[in-house]
Amino acid sequence: MDEVLWAAGRAGGFVALALFTCTVLLGILNRSGRPVAGVPRFSLTLIHRNVSLLALVFLALHVGTLLLDPFAKLTLTDVVVPFLGHYRPFWQGLGTVALDLAIAVVLTSLLRHRLGYRAFRLVHWLSYALWPVAVAHGIGNGTDGFNGWFLGATVVAVVLVLAAVAWRLSAGFVESARLRQGSAS
Amino acid sequence: MSQATMTSAVHPGSVLGPNRLFAAGQHAGHAGHVAAYGPLRVDALGTVFIERLQESGLAGRGGAGFATWRKFAAHGRDRPVVVANGAEGEPLSCKDATLLAHAPHLVIDGLLVAGAVLSAKRLVLYAGAGSLPALASALADRPDAGAVRLVEAPDTFLAGETSAVANVLAGGPPIPLDRVTASRTRPTLVQNVETLAQVALIARYGPAWFRSAGTASDPGTRLVTVSGDVPSSQVLEVAGGAAVGDVLHVAGVGSGVSAVLVGGYHGQWVRSASAPVTPGAGVLMVLGSGRCGLVATAQITAYLAAQSARQCGPCRFGLPALADAMGRLADRDPDPGLPAELASLGALVSGRGACHHPDGTVRLVASALDAFGAETLRHLAGTCVEDES
Amino acid sequence: MSSGTVLHIDWTRCDGRGLCTELLPHRLGRDPWGYPLALDADSDPTNVPLAAADLDAARDAIRLCPMLALRLAHSTR
Repeated sequence: MDEVLWAAGRAGGFVALALFTCTVLLGILNRSGRPVAGVPRFSLTLIHRNVSLLALVFLALHVGTLLLDPFAKLTLTDVVVPFLGHYRPFWQGLGTVALDLAIAVVLTSLLRHRLGYRAFRLVHWLSYALWPVAVAHGIGNGTDGFNGWFLGATVVAVVLVLAAVAWRLSAGFVESARLRQGSAS
Repeated sequence: MSQATMTSAVHPGSVLGPNRLFAAGQHAGHAGHVAAYGPLRVDALGTVFIERLQESGLAGRGGAGFATWRKFAAHGRDRPVVVANGAEGEPLSCKDATLLAHAPHLVIDGLLVAGAVLSAKRLVLYAGAGSLPALASALADRPDAGAVRLVEAPDTFLAGETSAVANVLAGGPPIPLDRVTASRTRPTLVQNVETLAQVALIARYGPAWFRSAGTASDPGTRLVTVSGDVPSSQVLEVAGGAAVGDVLHVAGVGSGVSAVLVGGYHGQWVRSASAPVTPGAGVLMVLGSGRCGLVATAQITAYLAAQSARQCGPCRFGLPALADAMGRLADRDPDPGLPAELASLGALVSGRGACHHPDGTVRLVASALDAFGAETLRHLAGTCVEDES
Repeated sequence: MSSGTVLHIDWTRCDGRGLCTELLPHRLGRDPWGYPLALDADSDPTNVPLAAADLDAARDAIRLCPMLALRLAHSTR
């Protein structure tokens, strides 16, 4: 039974990280305002949202199983307050930070019509902090952290996100950027 | 309006209508004001005064010309903040600054009338920095204006727009709000200072007296700023419905007028002396003969594009495009498609903003093409009236 | 325009991201800068009239608008 919990905890963490990577990439794609391969913008928005919710489900699985797992010795406090754990407290703390940020980002997204645009956007920007923190947690804390396949997947994810961020910061990023150039400086 | 162009209140006598707003004389103090107009008891008016306003037919003097009684009636129960709006963002106009300089107590009277009739929560006098010191001493000069708060209006074209005023009072920047957003701010009744001065007169002398000047469709008197190609700008009080030609004649502007921009930068070009001085905020900008209306319009359009609050996309990007096309027409770009391009840009921008800034700008350009048809053809052929002068 | 439900565009928020124009292709196009443009040139471009059949799509557009720039309102003209 413990073996199952441990394995589920690891797998949940890995899948959650993969899905958060997809969420970040989809979020940047959404912000560009461009449809991709015939998929309309509103569908991309819904996919971005649904993938993030799915990532949260796997994150819950990851945390929940390790909370039950006697080997991990995770306490409820560790889930909320970072850097107090028994096993590699710094790297586990990063996981706690990522979890708290993920909950904040998702909750404010779901409530954005009530919170208003400014509060939503301010918290949503934290996604750019959330993702590297979660990646660092995966490498530093994960049992598979230095396995070849995990590192390989991480490198691919980092390259993809860095490329997306570079695109995000480039001049012609927004779909209408070219149209709006020239008129109004 | 800058201080340098603030003029003295000129009253032409009976030619254009009675002297109502400046009857207490230049820079009237409170004693002189009461001596000229008599005392005013605002407590006795009650909400029935809104019916008197309706009978008077008074329309707002800030430019939109909306029936004043309707704006009062809309705030009959919500205890609004009442604002006397003296933010004269229109660069051609100085009638509000002139009124505030010479008849501040009439404006304050009107503000107190509105406050009493509507049980207002707060009273605000909103005016440019140049008017504030005199207004502060005018308020201190009378015993009944302790509740009036002075607020400085920024010197921008849009600072006097109704929702921009509400935005400033809420601690925001002087830029317009979306209609729905504005409806969530505190209830605010914004009235032009000249409108409130007229309200003060109606409260004293009644609607029949008010209608005894002017026409049925434009009753009462109104202030007009005559500016542009004139020796000096001046402010005149004229009866409603007065003709442009008569006002210019009294202002000493004789022949040598090519066209008149009626209503200011959001107004319309007029080439007929019998056209009325309305609509708009009472501005007559004279374009001297030998000057080209297309060139003048291009300059104004560029100014208006730069004065966009840059909040609303169609205004932010559409007005510079409109100004650019107007500039090319003024510069005699021979592209025969320019008038059509201006028309389609106008249709694209019109009505698509939180305020009427894009609409007013489009109206100006459209009226220029309308009034200066011959000039447009000359420009497309590479010549201009200004070459000959 | 008789009274009816309209889609109110808050231009101070709209950034022309285009989702609403995909969801309401029969009501909204895009202007040269990407902002939503009422296809019926005679209608109010800021309070776009909706038919009953548009309401579901309009609610989706309101929910999904990235700038929270849309809401339903009742026609005032």
